[in-house]
Amino acid sequence: MKVRKSITTILYHVFIAALGFIMVYPVLWMISGSLKDNSEILSGSLNLIPPNWRWDNFSRGWAGFGKITFTTYFKNSLIITTIATLGTVISSSLIAYALSRIPFRGRKFWFTLMIGTMLLPGQVVMIPQYLIYNRIGWVGTPLPLIVPHFFGAPFFIYMMMQFMAGIPRELDEAAIIDGCSKYSVFSKVIFPLLKPSLISTIIIQFYWKWDDYMGPMLYLGKPASYTVSIAVKLFADATSKTDYGAMFAMSTLSMIPVFLIFLIFNRYLVDGISTSGLKG
Amino acid sequence: MIEKENWIGLANYVNLFKDPRFLNSIRVTLQYVVLSVPLKLAFALFIAFLLTRPSKAVSFYRSLYYLPSLIGGSVAVALVWKELFARKGLINSILGDLGIHAINWFGNMSTAKWPIILMTVWQFGSSMLIFAAGLKEIPTSYYEAAKIDGANGWQSFWKITMPCLSPIILFNLIMQLISSFMVFTQAFVITQGGPNDATMYYALYVYKQGIQTRNMGYASAMSWVMLVIMSVVTAIVFKTSNHWVFKESEG
Repeated sequence: MKVRKSITTILYHVFIAALGFIMVYPVLWMISGSLKDNSEILSGSLNLIPPNWRWDNFSRGWAGFGKITFTTYFKNSLIITTIATLGTVISSSLIAYALSRIPFRGRKFWFTLMIGTMLLPGQVVMIPQYLIYNRIGWVGTPLPLIVPHFFGAPFFIYMMMQFMAGIPRELDEAAIIDGCSKYSVFSKVIFPLLKPSLISTIIIQFYWKWDDYMGPMLYLGKPASYTVSIAVKLFADATSKTDYGAMFAMSTLSMIPVFLIFLIFNRYLVDGISTSGLKG
Repeated sequence: MIEKENWIGLANYVNLFKDPRFLNSIRVTLQYVVLSVPLKLAFALFIAFLLTRPSKAVSFYRSLYYLPSLIGGSVAVALVWKELFARKGLINSILGDLGIHAINWFGNMSTAKWPIILMTVWQFGSSMLIFAAGLKEIPTSYYEAAKIDGANGWQSFWKITMPCLSPIILFNLIMQLISSFMVFTQAFVITQGGPNDATMYYALYVYKQGIQTRNMGYASAMSWVMLVIMSVVTAIVFKTSNHWVFKESEG
């Protein structure tokens, strides 16, 4: 009985680990591709260890396109992603606080409207939004990629409201008796307690924004303002022969910020997604 | 630049339904949704179920399986995918070892959709996490009681796990339906809608008409029609859910 049980356990682990390896194989293949030469990449070999290590892929890739290096692309991506993420966290938490704690006229109406926009996918509003930004002269600037984040993101507002429902109202009341205004209740009581929810927001918003391709493609005009996701795609668009080694080298680098954030906050992320999902 | 708008009534809508490329985009999008969503959810549930075992390694495995979802939306992964399925790419060389003739994945109208569908299914991670959280909520006493009554694993899966999980299945289904109707980046990077419009998905066609051809009014009309189609599909799913989503009170 005991032997049979341990055999099933071993089979289980072998199966799960093998399947997991197949799952991450494309990523590993990309990383190893960043160190192979073009002919090795195109040969369709399963090999993950490069026959000769081509570190020059990275320097060739980093050189970028037309005198603009990846230093610029990474800087652009970091600026847009960081400001947009900060904007999302601040505005969404404020809105969530108002909608869940402060009684005001039309609260239910605004809440329903917000949930409604959550069900509206970005691609449906792509064209009308583009027309509006065009009218106010923002097309060709990074503003459409940043400014909207300062007006709250429904998905995160809803997630934070779910979390706030678990913070006892007695805490607010006690703070008010102690002389706190509505604003200091938020900054001194609610905001610090919201930490787990804020962390999930930061992570999810960060990697959505970092990986975003459609937004930068629609709105960024000048090559000097391109983000990493646009720049990586440029390798494939090149009219001459594609430099696969350089393309994979930069693809690998483009994933590092997301990997780092995932490694550091892994536990929070998994918890955040599961709970926000369940209550949705 | 964009020209000044003129009021043309319903002409855009009339033209839409005379446009074979538009009708084709609806057809291929529906096909993509119908093939990718059930596969993705089945896979997510299967892995989530496997990972309910109490083991120290489980959280490591969970991260492993979540990884594709974390980076899957990026252009970098789409480019890798394109190379994997290239004519002399990895997938064809594996098929070759198995004695199957190399397939020209992106050159064929009937095969071009599969790499994109597989890529979607591959990113089952977030659905899996939500399923995993749902599975944790099912009281173990249910399973113990079933075991005493002589139920085998298969029976308790269908009679306990599935009904208890049905509200979460509904949630995941709706989320995945909405997002897969909007498939864009993968198709844009990998196939550009080709060959011969075989992967010209709805959002891609909206983009082509609106941004590339500057047919803004036409593209806006398409967005509206998309919203209507999605609302109808979501409403149908909700309506049928009365029959298959288990509610405690009706026990």
